[in-house]
Formats: sequence, C-alpha cells, structure tokens
Amino acid sequence: MPFTWLVALRFLREGRFQTLLILSGVGVGVGVIVFLSALISGLQTSLVDRTLGTQPHIVMRAPDDVVRPARQGPAVAARLEPPAQRLRSILAWQQALSTVRALPGVTAAAPIVGGAAFAVRGLANRSVALRGVDGPSYARIIDIEPRLVAGAFDVSGTRAVIGTELAKDLGIGVGDKLRIETPIGRSDVFLVSGVFDVGNKDLNLRWVFVSLRSAQTLLDLVGGVSTIEVKVARIFDAEAIAGEISGRTGLVAESWMRLNTQLLVGLRSQSASSWMIQLFVVVAVALGIASVLVVSVVQKSREIGILKAMGTSTRQVVRIFLIQGALVGLVGSVAGVAFGSGLALFFASLAKNPDGSATFPVELGPGLFLAAAAVATVTGLLSAVAPARRAARLDPAEVIRYG
Amino acid sequence: MAEPLLLLEGVTKSFGDGVVTHVLHGIDLAVGRGEFAALIGPSGSGKSTLLHILGLLDRPTAGRVLLEGRDTGPLDDDARTALRGRALGFVFQFHHLLPEFTALENVLLPMLARAGRERPGMRARARALLDAIGLSERASFRATDLSGGQQQRVAIARALANEPLLVLADEPTGNLDTETGANAFEMLRRFNRELGTAFLVVTHDMRIADRCDRVVELVDGRIRAERRGGVG
Repeated sequence: MPFTWLVALRFLREGRFQTLLILSGVGVGVGVIVFLSALISGLQTSLVDRTLGTQPHIVMRAPDDVVRPARQGPAVAARLEPPAQRLRSILAWQQALSTVRALPGVTAAAPIVGGAAFAVRGLANRSVALRGVDGPSYARIIDIEPRLVAGAFDVSGTRAVIGTELAKDLGIGVGDKLRIETPIGRSDVFLVSGVFDVGNKDLNLRWVFVSLRSAQTLLDLVGGVSTIEVKVARIFDAEAIAGEISGRTGLVAESWMRLNTQLLVGLRSQSASSWMIQLFVVVAVALGIASVLVVSVVQKSREIGILKAMGTSTRQVVRIFLIQGALVGLVGSVAGVAFGSGLALFFASLAKNPDGSATFPVELGPGLFLAAAAVATVTGLLSAVAPARRAARLDPAEVIRYG
Repeated sequence: MAEPLLLLEGVTKSFGDGVVTHVLHGIDLAVGRGEFAALIGPSGSGKSTLLHILGLLDRPTAGRVLLEGRDTGPLDDDARTALRGRALGFVFQFHHLLPEFTALENVLLPMLARAGRERPGMRARARALLDAIGLSERASFRATDLSGGQQQRVAIARALANEPLLVLADEPTGNLDTETGANAFEMLRRFNRELGTAFLVVTHDMRIADRCDRVVELVDGRIRAERRGGVG
C-alpha cells in the first residue's frame, strides 16, 4: 500500500468518533439526494407515462388551408377571412410514413384516419371521435391491449373497439352491434369486439376504434389518412424530432411537449427545485467534511510536523488529506445509498393506488447510485483541499517546538 | 581536513516583522562525519533554533548551510525535504512517535515516506533496528502502550531508519529519569560507534555533554566555547 494511503487510512481509523460522525453526515446527505432523486424521477416518469399513455409523442398532419388572395389591379384586401379547416388527407402519406419511420430516434409511426361521428343505438346517440387505425402498427404507438377490460383489440372488417363510458352510456358490450354515423350522412354498423379503459373518462366515452378502411369510407377520405402518429425512443427528444419531420415532409408535426406545455413547465420547475435542494445538501456535506478535516489537521499538527521532519514531502501531506476526504465521501455514499434507497422504498410502500401501484413511485437504479457515489467522492476530495493546504503549510520546526 | 558533513557559515536568524528578535548571531559550525557532538547552553540561547536550521527544518536569515559541501540555500522546500529524509534523522525531547502506528510501523515510516511505498527488505530492516534497541518483542505494540524510555528508543530507531549521515537529537534524555536517560544515551553512542552515524545532541545535562567527543556551548545566540569531551 502506498505510504500516503497507509497514513490516511490510519488517521481515519484512529479518529474513530470523528470518522463515524463525518461518515454519518455524508451518509445522511447522500441518502437525501438518493431519496429525492428516486422520488422526483419516479413521479415524473409516472406522470409522463400517464400523459403519454394515451398520447402519441408526435402527431403529423397536413398543413392548414390558407387564403391566397388573388392580386388583380390596385385593389388590396381589407380583411382576409380565415378558411374553415376541412378534413383533408396527407398527400403522399405512404411516402411520408416511410420517411418518418427511417428517421433516427423514431421507434414507430402509424397512419390514422380520424374525424367526428355519432355512435347510435336505438334512441341514444353520443358524439364520438372516430379513429381508423391499422391494428398492429397502432399498437406500437398506444398499446390498447393491456388496457382492455373485455374482448380483444380487433378492428378487422366491421369490428369496433369502444371505451367503457360509451359502452355504459349505450348499454352495450362485446358482441353487441353499434351504428356509427358521420356528419356527411354515411353510416355503418359495427360489431363491438373489445372494450377499453385508458384511465381517462373523456377518452373512454369518445374514442371509437375501427379499421382504416371503414373510417376512410365513413369520412369520405378514401385512400387517405388524416394524421400520422409517431413514437420516439427518448421522449424529451420529441420536439427536436418533430422539427426534423416538419422539415423533411413539409407536414405540420407537433410534439407532446408542444401540446402539454403546462405539464412540461411543471416537470421542469419540479426538477429545478429538486436540483436546488440537492445542491445545498452537497454544499452542507462539503462544509461538514471540510470542518471535520480542518479540526483533524489542527489535532494532528504535531504528527504532521514529525512526518515532514522525517522526510514526508508537502505533496505527500496534501495527498494524505485528499485521500481522507475522498474516502469519507465514497464510504459515506455507500451508507447513504443504502439509507436513501431504504427510505425511498419505505415511502413508496406507504401509499398505494387502487390498482396496487405505488402512489409515490420511486426510480432506483445503478445509474443513480453511481452518480451519488461519484458526487460524494468528488465533494469529499474538493472539501479536503482547504484542510490539506493548511496541513501542507504547517511549519515542522514550529509545531515540534510548541506542539 | 576532510570536508565536514554539515557546515554553517555566518548563520544568523531573526524572528518577527515589527519587533525583531535576533536569536542567532553569525554562527560558524562544522560537524564532521561520524562525530558525536553535544550542543549545550542555557535555555533561550538559541539551541533549538540552531538545531532546526541544522536539520533543514528552518532557513537562516543570513549565512549558508552546506550539507556534504553543497549549499542548501537555493533548494526549494521539496528538495530540502527529500534531502532531510535521506541524510538526516531526528530525535525529539517528547519522543513524538505517531500514536496511530505500532512501534514497528513508526520505524518503518521514514523508509515508506522516502520510497513512497513498502519495498522488500524494509520490514526486515525495521525489525533489525527494533532488535538493536532491545524492543523486538514490542514490535506490534502501539506507541502509546510503550513506556517513556521505550518510546524514546523507538524514536532513536526511527531516526536511523534511512541510514542518515547525521542524527540531530533535541534533549533526547530530557524527559526521562536518570537511568533510562543514561540507557538511551548509551544507545546513541553505540550506534555512533557501530554505524558511523554522526550525532549532534542538544542537552543541558553536563554529565551527558561530558561524555561526547566535542562540546559546543551556545550563549545568547553565539558560540562561546568549544572543547573536546571526556569519553572517546
């Protein structure tokens, strides 16, 4: 073992109470960081999951109609009436779809034919959002399958999948028939093959899934699609990828981030406040380590003087104290990771949602542990700089004479 | 005359910025190889200050300190530390062993500091030194579990660890009873004879001084007298 490590370890081992105290300090600090990180990232992941469980990451649609006033003579239009946006197909959507699917970061893309319709049964009718989808490709955007409460997600032929609210309102279930009418006067009868619950009452009432072909016919969009929905690998890249999609295809592409600005602001300020708390915890831990080491330098000034007199270089003295700081940080962080993880898991076990999942989900992982250990070690190392310099400045002649 | 091991030329030392205290006034002193010298003087005469300058722990205000003919003035602190670790050993009045380490480790430390880590043979050498001071069976005792005399003997062994040319001893027997002190002193003399290590012993005990080869008397920061001691 190198000389500096030997002395550092022995100083720590022999300063039992101080070492224990400082390790507990680092442990509590790291524990708070681990707990807070696990809780905040767990909450955010669950919040984003819930939000994105029923939303694609990016929605692509045809550009809006714009008025192009014909310029004839000196007349200038005093007022431009914005046109009503009719339901239109994306031009050359197959090509756009394959372009998007080939983009890096995109994991899936699915064509959708969406529009307004009425679900009618007997005298009852409800306004619904008709969604014509291609079963397998849509499942990769929003996976309805695990959210089914009855039947299967089967939209082939004239089968439809509806939400629990609509099923309740119309008094139907799997195997029953349902008539869908569109404002342009077309209608068709569908067989209910599945009932879903996506955890959102409005969507459970309004979403009616049918096949692409059926929706195209009902909405008079034969051969076309109204939107392409996209899923990306890293959700916070969605905005950037949406920009890329716009540029490549000339279509309007909106990311979930654009459509959920409030949520995003909330997440960001939550993260920011969590960072602030963690920063101050790190500062407090650093001050704790530094003050204990400064006391240790004062206590051991005679020993340091002797070490110097017997040929220990200034650099070696500095290293002895830096090693102590880093070791305290590293060992304390191991205790802190255990403490913080225990606290987080205990907290998560306190409150449960009706479905059995934790109300406060926590996210613990090797990444977090390694980061906490690295932060604590570096903090220990940096906190030891001032005490180490102080030790290095000790004049051996002086401490031997008066020490 | 052969080149002296350590040579002081016109060394002065002052302390303080506002009120300046002059401790040493133009000291010229030579310590030869293998010599056993005593430095005596009343307290406040500047013995310890002179010892620290001799031991490269402190720098003179003016004058030169030459070790083996080489001026140590231009050396930076790291070079002086390295030189100190190689050529000089220290024995202090209050033993100053490191309480965190065992007797054996205390003897080992100067070797470790110099090499940076343990090398083959170091432990054997430390054991041999403990053997020579008659404490081999106390090798694994903590420094704090040894008696005052034993601690001082370990400190002597530690001073000899790197085979120094000169050992500077500041009142090595001052904190011990007469018999233990005499034993420790005998040990120094024995190492001087057997290893050829030069010793400079600061003392105010005339009985000790009389048994050195040479006695240097310091009064008010000046060398007042030098004489040959009794015992060879």
